[in-house]
Amino acid sequence: MFIESSLETFGKYCIFMHRVFSLPQKWRVFGRKFIQEIGKLGIDSIPLTIVISIFIGAVICIQMQINMTSPIMPAYSTGLATRDILLLEFSSAVLCLILSGKVGSNIASEIGTMRVTEQIDALEIMGINSAQFLVLPKILAFMAFIPVLVIFSIATGLFGGWIIAAFTDMIPVSRYIYGIQTMFIEWYVWYTIIKALVFSVIITSVASYYGYYVKGGALDVGKASTNAVVASSILILLFDVILTKLLLQ
Amino acid sequence: MIEVKDIEKSFDGVKVLKGVSATFETGKTNLIIGQSGSGKTVMMKSLVGLVRPEKGQILYDGRDLLSMNRDEVQHLRTEIGMLFQGSALFDSETVLGNVEFPLMMYTKMSWAERRERARFCLERVGLKGADDKYPSEISGGMQKRVAIARAIALNPKYLFCDEPNSGLDPKTSILIDELLSDITHEYQITTVINTHDMNSVLGIGENIIFINKGHREWVGNKDLIYQTTNEALSHFVFATDLFQKVKEYVISNEHPVK
Repeated sequence: MFIESSLETFGKYCIFMHRVFSLPQKWRVFGRKFIQEIGKLGIDSIPLTIVISIFIGAVICIQMQINMTSPIMPAYSTGLATRDILLLEFSSAVLCLILSGKVGSNIASEIGTMRVTEQIDALEIMGINSAQFLVLPKILAFMAFIPVLVIFSIATGLFGGWIIAAFTDMIPVSRYIYGIQTMFIEWYVWYTIIKALVFSVIITSVASYYGYYVKGGALDVGKASTNAVVASSILILLFDVILTKLLLQ
Repeated sequence: MIEVKDIEKSFDGVKVLKGVSATFETGKTNLIIGQSGSGKTVMMKSLVGLVRPEKGQILYDGRDLLSMNRDEVQHLRTEIGMLFQGSALFDSETVLGNVEFPLMMYTKMSWAERRERARFCLERVGLKGADDKYPSEISGGMQKRVAIARAIALNPKYLFCDEPNSGLDPKTSILIDELLSDITHEYQITTVINTHDMNSVLGIGENIIFINKGHREWVGNKDLIYQTTNEALSHFVFATDLFQKVKEYVISNEHPVK
C-alpha cells in the first residue's frame, strides 16, 4: 500500500515536472517573474543565512577547540576542521535543510493558496500552462542564487569562528587564520555548490508539487506546507548520502 | 453559440451528469440553475475544459472541445473569459495589473496601449481610480468588477460566470447582473452564468437551463418560468414566500414583473 502510493506520488511528480519544464509562452513575462523570485527566494534568504552561519561557525570553532586539545594536534587544526565542516556539510546540506523550512513552506503556501482561491484555474482558463508559469521561475531563480547563499554561508561561518578566536583566549587568531588556509582542497567548494544546486531543485520542486495539488481550504494549505518541508528534508538527506558517495569517493 | 450534446461525467463511480444536452445562445445571458449538488458546477467546469466528460460533445460554434488537441484548447481559451466565484484575482498584482495580465500574455500591445485598454475595461465596469490598489484592499463587489474587466480585456467570444453574486449584498448583485447583461448585449458574447440567485434568474434569465440530479429538466426563460409545471423547478425557484407571492402576482396580472 505504502509502495503503491509512493509510486503513484512519484509518477504524478514526474508528470508535473514534465509540465513545468516547457518553454515559457512569453519570455518577457518569464524574465520578470524570474527576477521577482530571485528577490523573494534568494535575496530575502541572505539575512537568515548570515545569522545562522555566524552562530554555527562560532559553535563549531568552540567545539573543535575543546575536543581537539591534545599535544599531538597542531593549534591550527581547529581552523582547519571548522573550515572543512562548513565547506563539506553545513553550507550545503544543513543550510538547505534550514532553507527548506523557509523557502519550501513559502512556495507551498503561496501556490496552495492560489489553488484554493481558483487563481490557478484562472490561469488555465486563460490558456496558460500554470505549472510552467508559476514553478519554473522559482526553480531556476533559486538554482541561480543558491551558490551565492553557499558562498555567503561559508564566508560568514568562517567569520563566526574568527570572532571566537579574536574575542576569547581559546585559540590565537593567527593559528585560526593559518588553519582555515592550510590544506585547502578546491574541489570541496565545487562539491558543496553541486550539492546545493541539487538540493535547491528538491526544495523548490517538491514544495511546488505539494502546493499545486492542494485540495480543500486553508487547513489543507497548512498541511501541504508541512508535508512539503518534511518530504524535501528527507530527500535532501537521502541525496546528501548519494552525492557524498558519488562526488567524494 | 455553444452546444452541449449528451455529456456524462462520473466521480468515483457516481454519475454527476447523466446525458445533459443544452444550447447556449450568442448575445444572450444563458443561466444554468439548480440546487447544490445538482451538477451545475461540474457542467460549467466541463464547458471550459477544467473537467473532461466521459461522453458527449461540447461544440463552440461547431468546434468540438473534447476532440481538440492541447494547442487547439489553448487557442480556444484565448476566446474565453471567466469570472470565478471568488473572483480569483492575482493577489500579487494590482487592479490594473490583473486586467493587463491577459493582454500581456496574448497581445503584442505596447505598454501604453495595454494601459489604455485595461483602463478602458475598468471604466466599462464602473471602476475608476482603483488602478493601483491590490485585490485585498478593495471590496468583494469591486473584486467581481475587476474580474469582469479582466475577463473582457481580450474581447472574448464566450464569457463564463460561476456564481457571480455569491457573497454580495442584493444591491451590488443587481449591479453585477446588469453589468453582465449589458456587456453580453453590447459585445454579442455567449454568456453562461451558473447561479442559484433567484433575483438573477428572474432578472436577466434570457435562456435558462435547469439541472436536477444530473439531468437537464427544463429549458426556458424568465417569463416562461412562472408557468412551469416542473415541480422540482417550481420548488427551487419559488421556495420563499416572497418569490411565491411574486409568482402569484405575475400569473394573476398576466405579465412579467420588470
